[in-house]
Amino acid sequence: MAEIIVVTSGKGGVGKTTTSASIACGLARRGKRVAVVDFDIGLRNLDLIMGCERRVVYDFVNVIQGDCALKQALIKDRRLDTLYVLAASQTRDKEALTDEGVRRVLEELAAEGFEYIICDSPAGIERGAHLAMYFADRAVVVVNPEVSSVRDSDRILGLLSSKTLRAEQGNGGVKEHLLLTRYSPRRVANGEMMSVADVKEILGLDVVGVVPESPDVLSASNAGVPVILNGESDVSAAYEDAVARLLGETLPMRFIEEPKRGFFARMFGG
Amino acid sequence: MGLLDFFRKTPSSANVAKERLRIIVAQERSTRGAPDYLPTLRRELLEVIRRYVNVDPSAVQINLGRDDGHEVLELSVALPEDARSGSSG
Repeated sequence: MAEIIVVTSGKGGVGKTTTSASIACGLARRGKRVAVVDFDIGLRNLDLIMGCERRVVYDFVNVIQGDCALKQALIKDRRLDTLYVLAASQTRDKEALTDEGVRRVLEELAAEGFEYIICDSPAGIERGAHLAMYFADRAVVVVNPEVSSVRDSDRILGLLSSKTLRAEQGNGGVKEHLLLTRYSPRRVANGEMMSVADVKEILGLDVVGVVPESPDVLSASNAGVPVILNGESDVSAAYEDAVARLLGETLPMRFIEEPKRGFFARMFGG
Repeated sequence: MGLLDFFRKTPSSANVAKERLRIIVAQERSTRGAPDYLPTLRRELLEVIRRYVNVDPSAVQINLGRDDGHEVLELSVALPEDARSGSSG
């Protein structure tokens, strides 16, 4: 039985694809069979973040339209044996993504024995975003501690609780989690950024992870290596914790406190 | 927090953000899940009412609530002070 997890946010640029890639890698590193699917038709990017952009032959829409078999479109990750990528179509129109087509592909992935299917949602609330969440069992809502991102996340939470298969069936709905990215403990301490507790209180949801703002995210995407695989960085550890929590482990939240500063730095706000 | 910040009394920008979000999120949640026809219904009702009474557009409130498993459509019209004299002609 495959579990379908949508990574969504409403607002663009908050770290959905980075998060999808890292969660997929984190699960695969624990031996889970994982497929990560790019729903951003026309703006394919997951392949770049995963570092497999030159191996895309067939894509999601090709599979839906029967141009190829699912197996031909799945790209096997070179680092992790149990991880596969399904790229978004780059050229065709967005109408190509159909309800029935998406359902069929997800069912086929489950039949292939994938335990987790990670759906990387496009920004916005249009068809791609709708279909990315429609069949989900769980949702990871990626949010920056910033007003427009928090408001858009709330809008997405409203859609998750009404416009999804689970909501329509009335069997408990989609299980929702918050994941904060670009978090800066220093700015929170200075009162310039909302805290984890603030965002949690406004949206009324549990937080599955807090990823600190870090230059490592850009260097990882430059290299095509999902940031969770990036050695000893805080970001990597934060995503690793988030994956553990998704799997039901209870861990204390790290990287949300500012490192202690010296007397002079505190006196003069350095 | 530096020495100068100690004398600053204005609320932090993070607190301002939080308060603004608290209000707008509560407001948007209250209209969430309401049927799409509500705004049209409200406008058309307003047109009919205004044939008889000259009410302000904001005087018509429509709410959809739940009560014991029933959906309740609540309509409230605040009539102006001089409504009676206005409707006789």
